[in-house]
Amino acid sequence: MTAPVTSTAAGCAAPDQAAPLPASLDLEKETVITGVVRSEAGEVVPGAYVRLLDSTGEFTAEVVTSPAGQFRFFAAPGNWTLRALSRHGNGDTAVAAARGINEVTVTVAA
Amino acid sequence: MSRDTALVSAEWAEKNIDAPGVVFVEVDEDTSAYDTGHIAGAIKLDWRTDLQDPVRRDFVNKSQFEALLSERGIANDDTVILYGGNNNWFAAYAYWYFKLYGHRDVKLLDGGRKKWELDARPLVIDKVERPQTRYVAQEPDTSIRAFRDEVVDAIGTKNLVDVRSPDEYAGRLLAPAHLPQEQAQRAGHVPTAISVPWSKAANEDGTFKSDDELRKIYADAGLDDSRETIAYCRIGERSSHTWFVLQELLGHRNVKNYDGSWTEYGSLVGVPVALGDEPGEA
Repeated sequence: MTAPVTSTAAGCAAPDQAAPLPASLDLEKETVITGVVRSEAGEVVPGAYVRLLDSTGEFTAEVVTSPAGQFRFFAAPGNWTLRALSRHGNGDTAVAAARGINEVTVTVAA
Repeated sequence: MSRDTALVSAEWAEKNIDAPGVVFVEVDEDTSAYDTGHIAGAIKLDWRTDLQDPVRRDFVNKSQFEALLSERGIANDDTVILYGGNNNWFAAYAYWYFKLYGHRDVKLLDGGRKKWELDARPLVIDKVERPQTRYVAQEPDTSIRAFRDEVVDAIGTKNLVDVRSPDEYAGRLLAPAHLPQEQAQRAGHVPTAISVPWSKAANEDGTFKSDDELRKIYADAGLDDSRETIAYCRIGERSSHTWFVLQELLGHRNVKNYDGSWTEYGSLVGVPVALGDEPGEA
C-alpha cells in the first residue's frame, strides 16, 4: 500500500523545495538539478528566486528557495544556467546536467 | 487599455495600502506564500480551490464568482489590485477572469510578489477580514476566451502564440522544468503557432518590459497585429500573462486566452500537432 501522492499536474506553482524526492520518481529517466543558494560568507539563502535558463539563456523555470536555501528543477540532459536573485545580491552558475541527480551550489553577491 | 490603467508600481501600491476603495488581492496556486506574509490588508484567492470548478474542468461560473467575491468582501466599485508569485502568472489569470466577469477597475501590481520581496517591502501575517458584499457579476465576456474548436480553426489563419518555454514548444519537455515530467499527453505545439515565451515580456524581477521593448518582441516574432490572436500555454495561466501584455498594455484588440491550452489540445484525438522549433505548416 503506497501513500497517496498529491498531484502537481494541474498547476505550475512551485512545489515545496525542501520535500524529499517522490518515491515514484524514476532517476533512470529524470534529470534533477538541485542544490543550495549561499551568500559569499557561505550562509544558506532562503527565499531566493532561482531561475533555470536554457543553453541559449532563455528562461525555462523559476522556484523560490526553502528555509534551508534549497532549490530543485526537473529538466533534461544538457547545458543549463542557474541564476539566483536575492536581497543579498545575485549570482550565476553553469551546469552540464546528466540523467539522475545533479547537485549545484549558487553563490550570490551584491 | 494601457499601462496607466492596467498596472500599478510597487511604490504606488505601498503608498495606497490603506486607500479607501482599494482592495489588494494575492493570487497563488499554493497559498502557503500568503500565509507566511502578505501585503497589509490583502486578501487571498487560491487559483485552484477558489477559481476552478471542483468537479468539471472549467472555471467557476457567474453565480460562483459572485458568491466568492461577496464572501471575500470585494464590491463592484472597488479598485482591485492583483499580485502574486510565479511572476504574476496567477494574478494575471485572475485579472483576465475579473475582466471576463466585467469587473470595472482591476489592475496588476507590476513585479508581483517577487519585486515586492526583492525590494524588501513589508509583508505581514495578520488575518484579514472584510465585511461581506453583494457582488453582481456580468455575463462572461467570451471575446477574451478561446475554446478548442476556435484554436483548430485558427491554424494558418489567426495569430497563435505559444508562450511556453522553447523546449515545451518543440516537444522536448511536457511541462515546466520545476515539475516532474509526468504528463501523458502528446508533446509539441499547435501548427503555425509562433513561439514567444511569456518570460520575454518580463524583466528578471518580474516587472513588465517597456511598451517599446514589448512591441519589438512580438513584431520580431512575426505577430501580425491586424489579425486576431489566441495565446496559449499549458493550463492558461502563463498565457494570461501574455494576453495581459497584448491586450491591456499594448492595446491590441481581439486577443483571446485559450485556458484549455496544451493540456487540452495535446490530448485531443485527431488534431494536427507540430514538433520541433519551427511553427510548421497549416
